[in-house]
Amino acid sequence: MNKIGLMFKHEFIQAIKKTGYIVLTLAIPVLALIIIGVVQLFSTLFEPAVNELTRVGYVDQVGIFNEYPDQELIQFIPYHSEKNANAALVEGEIDEFFLIPADFSSTVSIQRYTMARELETPVVKKYAISSFLIKNLLKDEVPPGIIDTVLSPIDMSVIRLDQDGSVADSQSNIGNIIIPGVYAFLLSMALMFGNNSLISGLGEEKESRLIEVLTSSVSVSQMLIGKVLALGAAGLLQVVLWLISAPLILDLASSTFGGLLANIQIPPNFMVFGVVYFVLGYLLFAVLSVMIGGIVSTAADGHNLSMFYIMAGYIPLWTFGAFIAIPEHPIWVVLSIFPITAPTMTMLRMGVSVIPGWQLVASLGVLILSIAIGQFMSVKIFRTFMLMYGKRPRAREIFQVLKTS
Amino acid sequence: MAAVEVKHLFKSYADVMAVDDLTFNVEKGEILGLIGPNGAGKSSSIKMILDFMKPDTGSVRIFGEPMNEALKDRIGYLPEERGLYKRLTAVELILYLASLKGMDRKTAEERANGLLDKVGMLENKHKKNKEMSKGMGQLIQFVVTVVHDPDLIILDEPFSGLDPIRTASVQEIISGLREQGKTVILSTHQMNKVEELCDSVLMINKGKTVLYGDISTSRAKFRKHSVRIEAEGSWSHIPGVIEIRPHNGFVELMLEPDVTSQDVLDNVRAQGVSINRFEVTTPSLNEIFLELAGTNYE
Repeated sequence: MNKIGLMFKHEFIQAIKKTGYIVLTLAIPVLALIIIGVVQLFSTLFEPAVNELTRVGYVDQVGIFNEYPDQELIQFIPYHSEKNANAALVEGEIDEFFLIPADFSSTVSIQRYTMARELETPVVKKYAISSFLIKNLLKDEVPPGIIDTVLSPIDMSVIRLDQDGSVADSQSNIGNIIIPGVYAFLLSMALMFGNNSLISGLGEEKESRLIEVLTSSVSVSQMLIGKVLALGAAGLLQVVLWLISAPLILDLASSTFGGLLANIQIPPNFMVFGVVYFVLGYLLFAVLSVMIGGIVSTAADGHNLSMFYIMAGYIPLWTFGAFIAIPEHPIWVVLSIFPITAPTMTMLRMGVSVIPGWQLVASLGVLILSIAIGQFMSVKIFRTFMLMYGKRPRAREIFQVLKTS
Repeated sequence: MAAVEVKHLFKSYADVMAVDDLTFNVEKGEILGLIGPNGAGKSSSIKMILDFMKPDTGSVRIFGEPMNEALKDRIGYLPEERGLYKRLTAVELILYLASLKGMDRKTAEERANGLLDKVGMLENKHKKNKEMSKGMGQLIQFVVTVVHDPDLIILDEPFSGLDPIRTASVQEIISGLREQGKTVILSTHQMNKVEELCDSVLMINKGKTVLYGDISTSRAKFRKHSVRIEAEGSWSHIPGVIEIRPHNGFVELMLEPDVTSQDVLDNVRAQGVSINRFEVTTPSLNEIFLELAGTNYE
């Protein structure tokens, strides 16, 4: 085995044996299982009793609300006066009551009385009361079929079309963004872990001067290529393990989130691009980590300095709300080409639209080029500053080294 | 062909000249003691020999070649400040670093066991490095340095942090390396170790060579015109002696310029003094070091 291979093997084994890596790798499927379990537990505990009837009293001062007393699981019971209704509520005959004043037709205002503490009227009750009022108001005015239409006027569906007017293969809905969103979150977490892991390793080697022993055995290029590839492989293993566990989790989840999961669509080529961007993202962050590792004296210093690009990598997650609201804004194209945000942003965009070919080529091209240039620069920087202990080089010195090289 | 050939090496940092026209050779099978005060340029010289950093001018050749990747397998290096991968066991670390030097696992394991046994660390070979004391860690690093049977070994303060027993073990291994024809550069502040182990000495101060040559010749150069006597009896005046300097258990007699040590011996014996020890004063390396390094020595 050549020296890069030996470095790779050692670094890979050390990376996957780290507690942080194991926890993160296992945490995702375990967390998903826990969420499924908790949701099932709560849904069992708090499932409303079947056919439990809610009794709602009302005082009709208009005199026309005397039909349609049964709305789903709510039964409306008339009272002659507010005093009677109040007494019934106190006696527990009804759960609440509302007053329809004589001027209702002009004010559309009613008063609801309840003993429950609540900030808003529950949607179910609000809908049932509205239906009761509307049906009674319209009963003599329009045919029964029209009343149903008034209560539920539209059932709108959206069909996305391609540029040529044909129905697009991938239709937009909230389910499309779930997998890319989860992916972007996991990738960001994994990149941060990988970055910290590499900086910690380099920091340890610099602090202990093992770096001198290593570079008396292998070239700086061999050492850094071995480290970067090992971290990329650790990232790949992580995503593969998640992908393997995904069918099992989705199967279990389907019974819990059946309706929601029915809407989930995995965009075309998502798996392929997911793996490609995962590995490229890992490699990019690895070369950045090596640069930082080269110029700092301690791991702690390195972690602080790396926060700049780590935080930049999180921009697609921070702006997720804006992205959902305006997914076609040009800023997302820029972020999917900017190398630090490209992996997460591109994968998020895949969830809501078909990315034009040139943008994908630009995104991947810039990313690969950045990794190559970053690797070259990181070797130069590392070689120059690896023996500088106790003080960080100034930006001018770093630029001088890069300029010379 | 010398094992190490250093010619007119210069290295400066900002406005400080760290290494100033350093030239020396280390022959195969020779142990060279590299000494000098702190900041004299020893570490910078070692780092340039190992090609960790480039000299401003000058050249270094190892076994007749400029440093290259293949040569790295023939070199063992023990840095002055050292540490270990904390999560690895001693044997895992040794085998990993030996593999980077091109040694196969089986041979590395056999040699590692032998060396660990010699330094009294065999029973600790499966102990994690984070569980080891500083001295134990030093020994593991020493084993790492020589496990791949290198032809050139560069040791920077190999005895620091070791107790006398372990110091003797390491010293014995270094002596054994010379017998095997290995070349050693030993950088240390422990002058007695240089005198005991080294064939030649290179002393640098402020980046410049102040003493270079084989140990006995170098010491002879600094021989004083005086004798040391350990004797019983008393004397008032010895002809040919300018000054008598008492020391702990002996006296040093400073001689007139044209008087020989034989003349003084005769004069002392003539006074009826019983002599237990008589020697021409030859300064130790430590004394030479202090004299040459002067006030710069910390």
